Amino acid sequence: MKLYIPPQIPRLALAFAIFISLFLVARHFLVPDTFGKYGPYRAAAMDDYMSLEIHYSGQQACFECHQDIGDLKAQDVHSEIHCETCHGPGQKHVISGDAADILKPAGREFCGKCHAMNAAKKKNTINQIDLNKHNIDKNCTECHNAHQPWEMKK
Amino acid sequence: MGNEKVKSSRRKFLKSAATLAGATIGYTWLKSTQFLIYAAEPKDKNLPWYGIAIDIEKCIGCGSCAKSCKNENDVPKEPFFFRTWVEQYTVRNDGSVDIVSPNGGIDGFEQRVPDEDIFKSFFVPKMCNHCAKSPCEQVCPVGATFLSPEGIVLIDEKYCIGCRYCVQACPYGCRFIHPVKKVANKCTLCYHRLKKNLAPACMEVCPTGARMYGNLRDKDGELVKFLKEHTTQVLRPNLNTGAKLYYNALSSEVR
Repeated sequence: MKLYIPPQIPRLALAFAIFISLFLVARHFLVPDTFGKYGPYRAAAMDDYMSLEIHYSGQQACFECHQDIGDLKAQDVHSEIHCETCHGPGQKHVISGDAADILKPAGREFCGKCHAMNAAKKKNTINQIDLNKHNIDKNCTECHNAHQPWEMKK
Repeated sequence: MGNEKVKSSRRKFLKSAATLAGATIGYTWLKSTQFLIYAAEPKDKNLPWYGIAIDIEKCIGCGSCAKSCKNENDVPKEPFFFRTWVEQYTVRNDGSVDIVSPNGGIDGFEQRVPDEDIFKSFFVPKMCNHCAKSPCEQVCPVGATFLSPEGIVLIDEKYCIGCRYCVQACPYGCRFIHPVKKVANKCTLCYHRLKKNLAPACMEVCPTGARMYGNLRDKDGELVKFLKEHTTQVLRPNLNTGAKLYYNALSSEVR
């Protein structure tokens, strides 16, 4: 007994084959290269993030030139604080070496961000002063060396 | 006649009961394999699986983290775009809670509750929790948000269409739409720095070491040691987001 295949079946099969191959070709060109390397996303997106430039150099880069300040800092209570906490992003300065490319903060406002009185700060974590009482007419750096706060200036 | 009616309705009842039972059994079986759907940890065990710890007891609310984050990642300077920010919680003696975060803490905090009313007060730094089962990733209609093999939730900015679903979905409020790029933006745990063996900017500048990141797979690592030695908790554990940001000394007032 011969199996009867209706005439529209081969025609439909051909149409399906054409559509599916068209889809596969389109998909080949539309799907980005790195899609699906790790999961259902474009792996190159991570490279995009990786290629971003850094602004904070990390304190090892600072010590390559300023080891003296590093040694000074290591002796006092600010030893654990990294340079860029106060001096701001340093990568530009690391490359250019220009003093204009780094912050040299001073003033009661700036030091007060950490050292102003606030009930939320734990007493054993940080020394706090009342900015409205503690030597009001003076700037912090007139008495304290920021790198060695307890070596008082004369 | 009547007998046959009873028979057919009994058959119907048995049929639907069997379907129901089958569906229930099938559903419970599927549910137990849900870990296949939400693959919480990728296969490559050699890569780090990043987690974050924040010690609330150490935070002094200086706002260095929020400021450095904006500098490092070119986040718009307006006071409502933050990848990380600091909140101050003050619990009054009568139990009411006062929560402030002026400019994300960048300009410092001023205690506005008089000392005699304060029961307790503390700072809570917030940032992306880099959830292993993140809601933001699940709602994205174009698959622009993904969990990298290192466990960092990232956005493919070329895919993102700026529909804001993820901004609403994040239960921690860690996302915003970048006003210039018009796509979603969030903490990347300074992915570009991690790859250069540098700490994320917020952790580089934190003066008290209140923030910490590390490899959760490294059982002898600094982060795992910290988690073992302290009583830590994630935010909103009831939502089962798989958050990997652990807070030490977290109060129940924190939302």
